[in-house]
Amino acid sequence: MKRLDFAQILDALLPVFATFAALAVGAVMLLVLGANPIQAYGALLEGAFGSANALAETAVKAVPLLLVGLGICIAFRANVINIGGEGQMIVGAILGTVVGLRLPDGSGWLVVPLALLTGFVGGALWGAIPGALKAYFGVNEILSTVMMNAIAVQIMNFLLRGPLIDPSQAELASQIPQTASLDQAYRLPRLVPTRLHLGAVIAMALAVAVYVLLWRTTLGYRIRAVGENPDASRYGGIRVRRHMVIALLLSGAFAGLAGVTQVYGLNYRMITDGSATGFTGSAGFNGIVAALFGQLHPIGTIPASFFFGALLVGANKLQRVMQVPSSFIIGLNGLVVVFVVSSDIWRRRRQRRRLIAATRKEERETPVTAGLEVS
Amino acid sequence: MESILRASFFIGILASGVRLATPYLYAALGETLSQRSGVLNLGVEGQMLMGAFAAFYVTFQTGNVWLGMLAAMVVGLVMGVAMAFVSVNLQAVQGISGIGFYLFGLGMSTLLFQMLLGTVETVSGFSPVTIPVLSDIPVIGEIFFRQNILVYIAFALVPIVHFVLQKTTLGLKIRAVGENPEAADSLGVSVAGVRYITVTLGGLLSGVAGASMSIALLNVFQQNMTSGLGFIAVALVYFGGWRPVGVMLGALLFSMVNALQLRLQVEGIPVPSDLMVMMPYVLTIIALVLTVQRVRSPSALTKPFKREG
Repeated sequence: MKRLDFAQILDALLPVFATFAALAVGAVMLLVLGANPIQAYGALLEGAFGSANALAETAVKAVPLLLVGLGICIAFRANVINIGGEGQMIVGAILGTVVGLRLPDGSGWLVVPLALLTGFVGGALWGAIPGALKAYFGVNEILSTVMMNAIAVQIMNFLLRGPLIDPSQAELASQIPQTASLDQAYRLPRLVPTRLHLGAVIAMALAVAVYVLLWRTTLGYRIRAVGENPDASRYGGIRVRRHMVIALLLSGAFAGLAGVTQVYGLNYRMITDGSATGFTGSAGFNGIVAALFGQLHPIGTIPASFFFGALLVGANKLQRVMQVPSSFIIGLNGLVVVFVVSSDIWRRRRQRRRLIAATRKEERETPVTAGLEVS
Repeated sequence: MESILRASFFIGILASGVRLATPYLYAALGETLSQRSGVLNLGVEGQMLMGAFAAFYVTFQTGNVWLGMLAAMVVGLVMGVAMAFVSVNLQAVQGISGIGFYLFGLGMSTLLFQMLLGTVETVSGFSPVTIPVLSDIPVIGEIFFRQNILVYIAFALVPIVHFVLQKTTLGLKIRAVGENPEAADSLGVSVAGVRYITVTLGGLLSGVAGASMSIALLNVFQQNMTSGLGFIAVALVYFGGWRPVGVMLGALLFSMVNALQLRLQVEGIPVPSDLMVMMPYVLTIIALVLTVQRVRSPSALTKPFKREG
């Protein structure tokens, strides 16, 4: 029994080892680029945790990662690979922003919850499309979600340059593609005198909710069953296709919420530099990294998001102190993904060995003749 | 508006459509090889970005486009070997590890660009090679035979890849490994070896695809300059039914739409450019819907192979 516990701890720590390996490769790259890796990682740590403000910033960065990551937990558990977090964030944010800008004045406290809900629904819609295409037309969801990202970016660029442009910008020659600023009253409250906003609490609460959904409800059981073994699920009477759509829809919804939370909690308007990253900060991708690191468990995704939020905040310090551009972190995250999914082979191997051992033990303990008497 | 109706307008679009098809062709033909052997390499975009940067930087420093091309091939090859190791030896989930390689390529190419160049520079890349006689044929000559050498090689690769897949022992092994690795293995074919070859070749060709953008088509390097082209190339493999000729037709369809879109922007047609840029991506999704039901993918695609004891 004791050995089993040890194996489980080892499994849980596997992503951590994998990440260290990725960091080591990153260190080699830093060396090649002529930067001292120890100083660089030191600057990263200090930038992320060095002060109360740094910690708060890390948490701020963690919020969209956690929200996107929660959605990833749901989708990946159903064996549906959602790479569309970027687009889902954008669509959620656009629709949610329209609520805040277009509702008549004096709609009062209703606006923010309504906007968050709209963002949730917007992301769900953007996720449901590739979900339905996968379930009913057999379209590879990885490709369709990537395309949906590109489409969402162009829709955003079009809207922010045209119909949704800040009226004051429309008159200026600069024509900065951004929406008008949201009313002061519609801002998500801040928690402490930093930029940390209520979105952090919402995201943490939702992590628990997603845990309950996945492991304490029938819907969650079915989603996981579809991911584990679609054939057996179908045989067991689960509507496999429908649950694929639901998984991608929910996944999109959380990304949409992440998008709208960025607007109402942080920027109070949408602005585009023409790329998806300009708005999302790549949270749609980094959320995947966080969820994988958290082993696709909603609660595990909380510290994972915090860790990757720290990398992002630290990256700014890295740039200032060491002149290493923050794009280093994008590359590093890529390495983390590769190493974490690669490390899974050791977990699978041990699992298989345990299974074989257990079966042998059972065979030894049950006499071969036991079944014969009946037949 | 009148300018649209001129013959030169169409010839211009067709000529640039043929030219713009090159990066799609290299990347998608490489991906065809790797998918036919059962490996979905989603890192194409990252490999292209790294290849594009390597080619551009070496050309910028040495002034020699062939050295630039060599650099792109080496970088693509190395990333291909890495992808092969991760998907063959470590049996990682291919969809996700590919995204990892994409992020790596995106981050690294941006980082290197910012550290080594800093600003957008230009190089004089591959120049057009006018083919004697053929280029004098009216219309056809202008469309096909006044392109740079990378365009010719890209189109020449279509029959070559087709021949390799259908008529050679290696091609037979590739197809066997992609359809039924267990059977191939029992006949003594090295599943791992074949997959290493195809994925590495795929990486190399993705590197060339990147180079064809940075030192032939555009002659600049910008961060994320491929903007999803690598992913479209992967989609083209599905669209082309895993056949080189189908892939080529898909590549041409896309590049023609792109050329038209670019040209209309230049002509000042009153359609918002953002919505025009969107068209290839919408087209990709529609193309996937239309083709996926028609063609069956290689049976072992995305499935790592392990001998059962």
